[in-house]
Amino acid sequence: MSEETNGSAPALLEVEDLAVHFPITQGVFRGRTVGHVYAIDGVSLTVRRGETYGLVGESGCGKSTLGRAILKLTEPTHGRVRFDGEDIAGLKGEELRRRRRRFQMVFQDPMSSLDPRQSVESLLSEGLTAHGLSKGPEADRRRLRELVDAVGLPKGSLRRYPHEFSGGQRQRIGIARALCVEPDLIVADEPVSALDVSVQAQVLNLLSRLQRELGLTYLVIAHDLAVVRHVSDRVGVMYLGGIVEEAPSTDLYADPQHPYTRALLSAVPLPDPEAEDRRERILLAGDLPSPAAPPSGCRFHTRCPWKQAERCDTERPEPRRLEGAAPGHRVACHWAEQIRDGRIRPHHVDADMVDEAATLAVGAPEHASSVQEILGR
Amino acid sequence: MTALLEVEDLRVAFTRRGEPDTVAVDGVSFDVKPGEIVGLVGESGCGKSVTSLAVMRLLPERGNRVTGSIRMDGEDLLALSDSAMRERRGRDLSMIFQDPLSSLNPVIPVGLQVTEVLTRHRGMKKHAARREAAELLDRVGIPDPTRRLDSYPHQMSGGMRQRALIAIALACTPRLLIADEPTTALDVTIQAQILDLLEQLVAETGTALVMITHDLGVVAGLCDRVNVLYAGRIVERADRHELFRAPRHPYTHGLLGSIPRLDGPPGEELAAIRGSVNDNLPWAAPEGGACAFTPRCPRALDVCGEVTPLAERAGTRLLRCHNPVPVAEGAA
Ligand SMILES: Nc1ncnc2c1ncn2[C@@H]1O[C@H](COP(=O)(O)OP(=O)(O)OP(=O)(O)O)[C@@H](O)[C@H]1O
Ligand SMILES: Nc1ncnc2c1ncn2[C@@H]1O[C@H](COP(=O)(O)OP(=O)(O)OP(=O)(O)O)[C@@H](O)[C@H]1O
Ligand code: SF4
Ligand code: SF4
Ligand SMILES: [Mg+2]
Ligand SMILES: [Mg+2]
Repeated sequence: MSEETNGSAPALLEVEDLAVHFPITQGVFRGRTVGHVYAIDGVSLTVRRGETYGLVGESGCGKSTLGRAILKLTEPTHGRVRFDGEDIAGLKGEELRRRRRRFQMVFQDPMSSLDPRQSVESLLSEGLTAHGLSKGPEADRRRLRELVDAVGLPKGSLRRYPHEFSGGQRQRIGIARALCVEPDLIVADEPVSALDVSVQAQVLNLLSRLQRELGLTYLVIAHDLAVVRHVSDRVGVMYLGGIVEEAPSTDLYADPQHPYTRALLSAVPLPDPEAEDRRERILLAGDLPSPAAPPSGCRFHTRCPWKQAERCDTERPEPRRLEGAAPGHRVACHWAEQIRDGRIRPHHVDADMVDEAATLAVGAPEHASSVQEILGR
Repeated sequence: MTALLEVEDLRVAFTRRGEPDTVAVDGVSFDVKPGEIVGLVGESGCGKSVTSLAVMRLLPERGNRVTGSIRMDGEDLLALSDSAMRERRGRDLSMIFQDPLSSLNPVIPVGLQVTEVLTRHRGMKKHAARREAAELLDRVGIPDPTRRLDSYPHQMSGGMRQRALIAIALACTPRLLIADEPTTALDVTIQAQILDLLEQLVAETGTALVMITHDLGVVAGLCDRVNVLYAGRIVERADRHELFRAPRHPYTHGLLGSIPRLDGPPGEELAAIRGSVNDNLPWAAPEGGACAFTPRCPRALDVCGEVTPLAERAGTRLLRCHNPVPVAEGAA
């Protein structure tokens, strides 16, 4: 949390019209491209030094792909990522490796990202050695001990192995590993969603404290809007590969402007019966369309209760600032002013079914023990 | 009103030769009245699923010991023969699972999975069953239901599959429905649809619903009464308004303080509960018991590590704690 640095701090990360399209291939050698998954399709955002930017959206909207493309773990189809003013597209080999030290990732499932055969000490010192930060065994060990202490792991953790820790402690190891190379930016993809509710708060508090103490910049990715809003200075709401609204955290709840954001906010259950009884839900009809066949125009038009006959299904809305809105509040909707002022009213939407397996052959699967197997999960 | 389901002192222990038993459910008692929505909340591993599987008698045949009683209409389900229980499952109680993928049969069209229940348990003829199945799919909000009867599960989205599963559960017009994390695998806008559907169904059919979840938000909006489980025991039970207004068990209180709220001020330090369930003490031990929550509890007294707290009534509330949060403070 760093309100004071918010408006004025220099940009650490700039993403410009970024797209990641995965080819869908078919044929004996999967040689034929029959379409694309438009996982990310035209995203621009800026993260300033010292702030936390939160990305929220439902499953499959492209959050992780965006995070990976920013870290250059996935090659973008087009668009630009600038880190500290420098375009990272051209970076390769040694240069890329050096740059990677400055942005680190924290994953959802700490267990699967930690090698079970390595002790915590060797997991952590790996990064030091790889990036030439080692200052000899004595100094390194002192540094790691400090680090383990800083993330709230018990003394003596260095000699232990990942399986000896609880889920929350493993996430602390993941954070310590990201921290030990002294990064500027941490991309945390669902950092608490695998954790028990009672443990999530510990990790969220830890992330905030470390940011205050070390001046870190975060990009936090999660599907839980309450979590994202809590940790972030600014939040970007994604729908089908694009950012539909971006706002300072406080504004997002007080003044949601995009119909999808409104629906999302109203769908999150509040742990408060009185508030629950009072609130009006905007229930969206139908399913999320497939990112392999995104709707024309505004991607949300198939489910939008405010959809208009004009523009919505023909013209893709660009994020823009409404008159009178807070600085940094952008919304991608043609009719946002009219909706805000109550000049157009929500209407009923017929549910659209989405075939999960539209791209698979239709008919009875011949041998399969579960639906998961058919869908290849 | 008399209870539809009465679970009393339910204990489920998993046994493995050469190893001490794991007690997953440790003396759980609760009841459900007709048309009521009762919540079972708690975090991973606290015994929610095992409780529901025990009620349905769907635990594996070997390797566990179930004691206590589970009465429906006064009849103990644990005493029924397997075939009598199967009959009851078809007629009186149904269950919806978290993962519709693994509970639907992948090689049978969804419609057939619904009609099967109708022909087997309600003695319907094929044509009538198909018509009724289409109506059920329509009722759970599946568009174009007649065509959808011939779809296979993998041709539907996660939300639609969960609806199909609910249709199957409803096919036998159960008086009790147990839903085990029915929305956990779904996106929040789809979750809102499914919760809305369940609420409507309960209102229309008078089915009682046991809602199992780890999400206090889901409980706050849906349940009439809430049971909070910790380490296999119910630690607090209250009417939902009472529970959320004034949580009195330190665990419930802590849990509510530790979740970030969408409508709260962002960025404030969360009141985290320390440690994790790995730190729990055993409730019962040969040399006296303890409160399992002691190592994590900010209100723990010496007695907490020495004597197992009993479940005691305080008004309409049930509490298992030596030193509960005072009413005024809990209300804050
Ligand atoms: N390597 C890949 N090849 C093909 N398609 C992919 C690949 N990675 C992701 N996708 C697809 O891109 C879309 C976006 O996926 P992504 O993992 O970024 O979503 P997400 O927002 O992180 O979702 P979740 O909340 O489920 O993690 C999905 O439809 C996904 O199936
Ligand atoms: N078949 C089994 N054999 C042995 N132990 C089991 C078995 N099934 C469950 N358990 C144990 O019983 C305890 C309670 O499990 P249960 O599945 O009821 O938890 P839960 O509250 O449903 O958790 P979750 O939220 O993760 O679904 C756990 O410690 C679990 O490991
Ligand atoms: S542009 Fe149209 S369809 Fe899209 S969100 Fe706005 S009103 Fe809805
Ligand atoms: S019995 Fe003691 S340790 Fe357990 S919850 Fe109550 S005060 Fe805390
Ligand atoms: Mg993801
Ligand atoms: Mg469970």
